[in-house]
Amino acid sequence: MAALRVLVGVKRVIDFAVKVRVAPGGAAVQTQGVKHSLNPFCEIALEEAVRLREAGAATEVVVATLGTKASQETLRTALAMGADRAVLAELAEGAAAGPREVAVALAALARRLQPQLVLLGKQAIDDDCNQTGQILAAILDWPQGTFASRVSLEPGAVQVQREVDGGLETLRLRLPAVLTADLRLNEPRYATLPNIMKAKKKPLEVVPAADLGVPAGPPRLRLLQLQEPPPRAGGEKVESVESLLGKLRHAGRI
Amino acid sequence: MAAAAVAGARLRGCAKQLRRHMPAHLAPWRVSPCVFRSSKSELKPNVASDGLVYAPLQTFTEEEAMLKDMVTKFAQERVAPFVQKMDENAKMEESIVQGLFEQGLMSIELGEEYGGTGASFFSIILAVEELAKVDPAVALVCELQNTLTNKLFTTYGTEEQKRTYLPRVSKDTLGSFCLSEAGSGSDAFSLKTRAEKKGDYYIINGSKMWISLAEDAGVFFVMANTNPSSGYRGITCFVVDRNTEGLHVGKKEDKLGIRACSTCPVTFDNVKVPESNILGQVGQGYKYAIGMLNTGRIGIAAQMLGLAQGCFDRTIPYTKERVQFGKSVFDFQVATLTTSKCIEWMGGVGFTKNYPIEKYYRDCKIGTIYEGTSNIQLSTIAKFLAQEY
Repeated sequence: MAALRVLVGVKRVIDFAVKVRVAPGGAAVQTQGVKHSLNPFCEIALEEAVRLREAGAATEVVVATLGTKASQETLRTALAMGADRAVLAELAEGAAAGPREVAVALAALARRLQPQLVLLGKQAIDDDCNQTGQILAAILDWPQGTFASRVSLEPGAVQVQREVDGGLETLRLRLPAVLTADLRLNEPRYATLPNIMKAKKKPLEVVPAADLGVPAGPPRLRLLQLQEPPPRAGGEKVESVESLLGKLRHAGRI
Repeated sequence: MAAAAVAGARLRGCAKQLRRHMPAHLAPWRVSPCVFRSSKSELKPNVASDGLVYAPLQTFTEEEAMLKDMVTKFAQERVAPFVQKMDENAKMEESIVQGLFEQGLMSIELGEEYGGTGASFFSIILAVEELAKVDPAVALVCELQNTLTNKLFTTYGTEEQKRTYLPRVSKDTLGSFCLSEAGSGSDAFSLKTRAEKKGDYYIINGSKMWISLAEDAGVFFVMANTNPSSGYRGITCFVVDRNTEGLHVGKKEDKLGIRACSTCPVTFDNVKVPESNILGQVGQGYKYAIGMLNTGRIGIAAQMLGLAQGCFDRTIPYTKERVQFGKSVFDFQVATLTTSKCIEWMGGVGFTKNYPIEKYYRDCKIGTIYEGTSNIQLSTIAKFLAQEY
């Protein structure tokens, strides 16, 4: 069958179970020594790509990320989950990147690798931007299917069911296209131990981010300030519905 | 020390409460995902994964870190929801055992040609410890298969035996080790089960007790004596398939703990076993048993460590939330004494994690700890813990 390559973009984020702390200075989160893992939505995107390959609809899954050297471990996890090879667009230690920078890097990789499909998570759980997929599609001038909850490939096209505010929307997009995965697209597999061991042998290419056109210097989006939410104030028990309504009115809530 | 005893009792009390009365703010423990984590990292992986010897025991290779993550996820998502049920009914959930096989966790050290992964003994220990944090009974299944069943075959099995049994034990067959009897526990070598030679096969008669996994095992390692007059030097290890005529697995014991993992009597009534099913050499069984149990002991240590960690992980959030007299239990001296007890347990076994507490623990363990200073040390430790959880 014709080669159909899928490029999956992933991000290394602080693990969802970790209790996040604001770093001194208030402009960043503590990341030193904190557990990181593969962004859950990226995991779902990767799972979808691997399933497409296992079903015979795709021939190769390439996973890529823009990050520092530490992101290599995330790529190995992706390889253990079934990707065929990995590319690290390497940033210098301490450098930061936002959705625009990631999109630029992925666009350069897409031009190099010629995938028919680019799959991303809908957003990262650290910044919740929900922008990378959209910006990438614009740069490449490819159609986009975001918040995908179902994907099926057809000759030359892909049918995407999207979760939108009003319900579900189904689109048919001509390939090549960019899709972003939503929560209900699939349930990612555990990497089995044999696959974990095999991941070591799969190719992982490192490319300096500058080679992919990622501009040096601070990212387009600048984080100004981070604040922990205020501690929870005590609640109050009331005796009757009238009392409840009275109190709500008094507090200006209704 | 009386205070330590109180601390220990308090922790046990907390642990018991967690399991039986299910306080409302801890109901989530039944439902996955379990989010009882501290904000500090698990160890950073050592990226140079080319098999060199790493001096500190706490440094993981990339694969080991991935394995640990996978087992943690598996334990929290596929084991945790069933723990209560399995304990009450004293029955292991089928899907969990299947899951262990599917994930490659039952053949960790076996070579790839037998369906295994070719990973290290340390990987087994990692897996067992992670599983034990959620359910020590499930951890035991993984531990026994890897350190006992698989090791017996790989160490003493002939090529033929390995070819026959290893693919099966990697894929779906549980092994069970039959040594103990009603009359011989620690004094294992006074076992009475007999194996009489008859041409090219043996007839086994006798009965074993306290046999783990017997309810679901597909293959048994039976220690029987082929020559009682030579005492323990007659003990031989036989590999016996479950469906061999004359092998009966009795009713499982109703136990205090590790209930999900079956423990049954197994009787042998003129069980015919071909000579080719002897593992290793005749009369060497006692040596094999000692050797295997030495390895198994480390696995059990991992299981206990995981168990303690799991208990600790669930206790601290509880002590922080439960408020008595307007202060959280955690703030009380008693809670700080409890954490000191936990620290002792964590420090007691080789695999300590990289908590900052560890440094303080080492400092305060040196020398005697009396009233004044201990309070300060322990409150500092306690404050750290409060932050983490």
